[in-house]
Amino acid sequence: MKFSESWLREWVNPALSSDELAHQITMAGLEVDSVDPVAGEFSGVVIGEVVECGPHPDADKLQITKISLGDYSSATVEKGELVDIVCGAKNCRKGLKVAVATVGAVLPGDFKIKKAKLRGIASFGMLCSESEIGLADDSAGIMELANDAPVGKCVREYLDLNDVTIDVDLTANRGDCLGIKGLAREVGVLNSLAVTEPTITAIAPTIDDVLTINIEANEACPRYLGRVIKGINPSATTPLWMVEKLRRCGTRSIDPVVDVTNYILLELGHPMHAFDLAKLDGGVNAKITVRFANKEEKLTLLDEKEVTLKEGTLVIADEKKALAMAGIFGGLESGVTRNTTDIFLESAFFAPLAILGKARQYGLHTDSSHRYERGIDPTLQFDAIERATELLLTIVGGQAGPVVEAKSDADIPQTKEVSLRRKMLDSRIGHHIGDEQVSEILTRLGFTVTSTGEDVAKVWQVIVPAYRFDIKIEVDLIEEVARIFGYNNIPNIAPKAALKMCEKKEAKLSLINLKQVLVNRDYQEAITYSFVDPKVQSLLHPDKAVMTLPHPISSEMSVMRLSLWTGLLQSMVYNQNRQQGRIRLFEAGLRFVPDENAENGVRQQNMLAGVIGGQRVDEHWSMEKAATDFYDIKGDVEAILALTCDANGYEFSKAEVDALHPGQTAQITKDGVYVGCVGTLHPELERKLGLNGRTLIFELLLSEVLVQKIPEACDISRFPANRRDIAIVVKEEVDAKKVLQLIEKVGGNYLIDLNLFDVYQGQGINDGFKSLAIALVLQDNSKTLEEKDITDVIDRVVETLKTELNASLRD
Amino acid sequence: MSLDTTTIDSIVAQAEIAIAAASDPTALDQVRVNFLGKKGLFTEQMKGLSKLPKEEKPKMGQVINIAKQAVQKLLNDRGELLRAQEIKEKLAAESIDVTLPGRGTKIGGLHPVTRTIARIESFFGDLGFEVKVGPEVEDDYHNFDALNIPEHHPARQDHDTFYFNPKLVLRTQTSGVQIRTMEVEKPPLRIISPGKVYRNDYDQTHTPMFHQVEGLMVDKDVSFTHLKGILHDFLHHFFEEEVEIRFRPSYFPFTEPSAEVDIMGKNGKWLEVLGCGMVHPNVLRSVGIDPEVYTGFAFGMGVERLTMLRYGVNDLRAFFENDLRFLKQFK
Repeated sequence: MKFSESWLREWVNPALSSDELAHQITMAGLEVDSVDPVAGEFSGVVIGEVVECGPHPDADKLQITKISLGDYSSATVEKGELVDIVCGAKNCRKGLKVAVATVGAVLPGDFKIKKAKLRGIASFGMLCSESEIGLADDSAGIMELANDAPVGKCVREYLDLNDVTIDVDLTANRGDCLGIKGLAREVGVLNSLAVTEPTITAIAPTIDDVLTINIEANEACPRYLGRVIKGINPSATTPLWMVEKLRRCGTRSIDPVVDVTNYILLELGHPMHAFDLAKLDGGVNAKITVRFANKEEKLTLLDEKEVTLKEGTLVIADEKKALAMAGIFGGLESGVTRNTTDIFLESAFFAPLAILGKARQYGLHTDSSHRYERGIDPTLQFDAIERATELLLTIVGGQAGPVVEAKSDADIPQTKEVSLRRKMLDSRIGHHIGDEQVSEILTRLGFTVTSTGEDVAKVWQVIVPAYRFDIKIEVDLIEEVARIFGYNNIPNIAPKAALKMCEKKEAKLSLINLKQVLVNRDYQEAITYSFVDPKVQSLLHPDKAVMTLPHPISSEMSVMRLSLWTGLLQSMVYNQNRQQGRIRLFEAGLRFVPDENAENGVRQQNMLAGVIGGQRVDEHWSMEKAATDFYDIKGDVEAILALTCDANGYEFSKAEVDALHPGQTAQITKDGVYVGCVGTLHPELERKLGLNGRTLIFELLLSEVLVQKIPEACDISRFPANRRDIAIVVKEEVDAKKVLQLIEKVGGNYLIDLNLFDVYQGQGINDGFKSLAIALVLQDNSKTLEEKDITDVIDRVVETLKTELNASLRD
Repeated sequence: MSLDTTTIDSIVAQAEIAIAAASDPTALDQVRVNFLGKKGLFTEQMKGLSKLPKEEKPKMGQVINIAKQAVQKLLNDRGELLRAQEIKEKLAAESIDVTLPGRGTKIGGLHPVTRTIARIESFFGDLGFEVKVGPEVEDDYHNFDALNIPEHHPARQDHDTFYFNPKLVLRTQTSGVQIRTMEVEKPPLRIISPGKVYRNDYDQTHTPMFHQVEGLMVDKDVSFTHLKGILHDFLHHFFEEEVEIRFRPSYFPFTEPSAEVDIMGKNGKWLEVLGCGMVHPNVLRSVGIDPEVYTGFAFGMGVERLTMLRYGVNDLRAFFENDLRFLKQFK
């Protein structure tokens, strides 16, 4: 809520500067967002009267004027002198009271006013508009001051412009501070100062007109007051002082009646509404009903939009139709206009539960609904209507009828009593605040306090004022005591706890270890948004069900990711567009796969994914230049898997995966369960995504790789190992994995290591074949192997390869 | 040639000259052959020994042996010297430019957000806070209701929630993990929960996704003083300086008393870094913990904000642009 400091100070005036005041209320939990001057920096602007005003001989749009500044004098103006000023505003006319920037005046933006010639006529100053002195963003003509504005007086002083607008970001529990009255009360508490309220007196009716008021929804509307005011002056205007107060609280002046209701809203924190009596069915004999909306009932609101009312919506209605959405928004048809002469004024207490969430159902949020949702003082309706009547009669005149009240006593919030136990106060705060101080704080807050018991058995019985909707239970009082005592006066103490060890499963790898493997291999970690562009994602994962956000930030961020690839590839493009050639990125995070069997219908799986492209290594004086390929990224994946101490448990096999190159993609499984995949991005996708060059990508399900086999140590053999190399020729399409698995299978116990160290195609090898060179390391734990033992193994291996894979030894 | 000491002395003198003149191991070896070889000068002298009278033989033999030893020593010394020279020359020839860059020098880096989370986990982990994680697509019960934010509560509107439907949201806070933990574990409890949270807001100072670390401690006799103590301690250690800190009353439906914590920025302005409070009795009750017996505190800190302050990052949006020129500053 925005409020004017000087308005607040009319109610309570602590000896604090603006900054100190802002700090004080911030530290009381009413956080000040900003403190802004209510007008621009300017000086030398005084009130003048236009005593002569005539056309400029050489310019259609200019007028030449003589301005009286009364007794004002300065270095450039002599007392009693009439000042010649050329003015371009249409509304400049004889007799008008205006804001005059005299020669030597400085306007906002350090704009100095000098003597000037306009189309040959000398001008000694300027008549100002609101915007020129920083009171408005734009204005149509010069500012029109009230007829009784004292000529010669400084405009800053006259308008009390040495004021600030304080914007306080009120938390949802402090609805009681959504008005000057509540804020003043709080400031009074903080400074132990009494608050001066304006005297509100009941206005004696001068006419008899009353409308019948019938409340059908007692619980939702425990109290409804109404009053007829007839014969108001439709051409009256809102006085400048009120326009200014409204403006400084962020409210625009509309017309006097609406301005008065808004004024009450800001001053007392109590929303009001005024209906045009003539528009009500039956006029002065209208019957007002407070009821829930009927099925399919329609209402056109003040913003000219027609809504179909929902059944739980409370409305104010006449006998034929709904007139307004109670506590939320008025109706267009029954609203006050420039021609209104008779009004029906409403001051009601609607229960918070009846209003909560209702405005939102229509996409509305109004100053009124904001207050009713949080709760307004249920005892304030008479004050509000009398105060409004008094202001209206002063500003627009007219005759007021009697106030009619409809109410349901049983539904008006009852006085709440809450008790506060010393034991609980101490255990929650952890610091002892003395009995007297506790009583004093509670009393100062407006609570009626009695107490029983002594020391730890002490209990305070507290009666909560009606305006404090947020105080319901003991802990609410504990917070109030702590808040007023001052959080920063409560000591800082390290907590104590039992030394209980946490479970740490050795077989559970930590994600940071995995990340570190990639970092050590020159990957940079990225974090991309969990919501992605559906167009890009469907290129990567076509025809997949996806979770869509109904109200996204933008269409490019509207569906939940099915993998981390969309974000990573877009980051890749982003970086390639910024001259980054060699890129290695990884990310860990959730993917969101719709799945009926999962909690809330979505499988949220932690993934690790990476993408690389560009040169294998940065250009280096002694290393060969080569583009990254499949085996680079596969090596990175294998390094991650190595961390599990069970690399052989993971199996790579040729696979086809959406988005990947059909001939350069491997799927990774463990015991038949999908672990992830790695491959070259499909060249078509590279083109569509705007990627530059070959792009390699992988993903792993973290649940499948964040496990480590606990080592089971074996004895080291004391006997020498023997290495034998064989080179075999097989058909091109035979996977290396098949060859190695076969060797392992028949190698027997002596075979302790196997390494494929060369793959060759070309001269000496027939087309369609390849030569694989494999080293076999043989060793026994109990003896040195004899040549025969070794040859037996090698022969067996070669024989099996021959029969099973049609392999031959290379000559 | 007669065999006498003079002759022997002269041979030694010759050897000395020849050894000194040998400029490489081959030449030196030739000298060795010339003097000590089978046909060398000393062998010749030994032959002459037989012609000497019997009583002179031992004495002369000794003289020759001493002389041979002396020559052998000269040869050895010279040999050492020549080898040392040779090695020196060889090494000199192998000299390289040690200032050229090595191979495979590059390492990548962790994202600054990860780095901050790891530091926070480490500070609280040392105090026995266990790390817990929860789902990011969350039901409204765990994100709101169980946290004392019933439907239509005005505080819900402050959250700019991304809804999938009225019952399912992208979590707006990590506080739901408190509930998920307390549903299955009973006090004493000490947990922290880092993770992504989402708000429908995107401008200079807001991104629709950001990171929070939630903390929770529930035990007997846990009080507001303890909350203040642990957070003061944390902020001082996180920033590694005595930052000025203030606790400001605030409102969260799931804690009471509630506070926001500000630290004094380098520009002399207070900056909000976290929200916290004593766990609301309704929250404890909703997970079956008796608030008359147990109390607890909870806090939630904005990871990006802490990271920005710690490393001088000025633009929040940089965290999710993944510009390598930005990321590579963090290892």
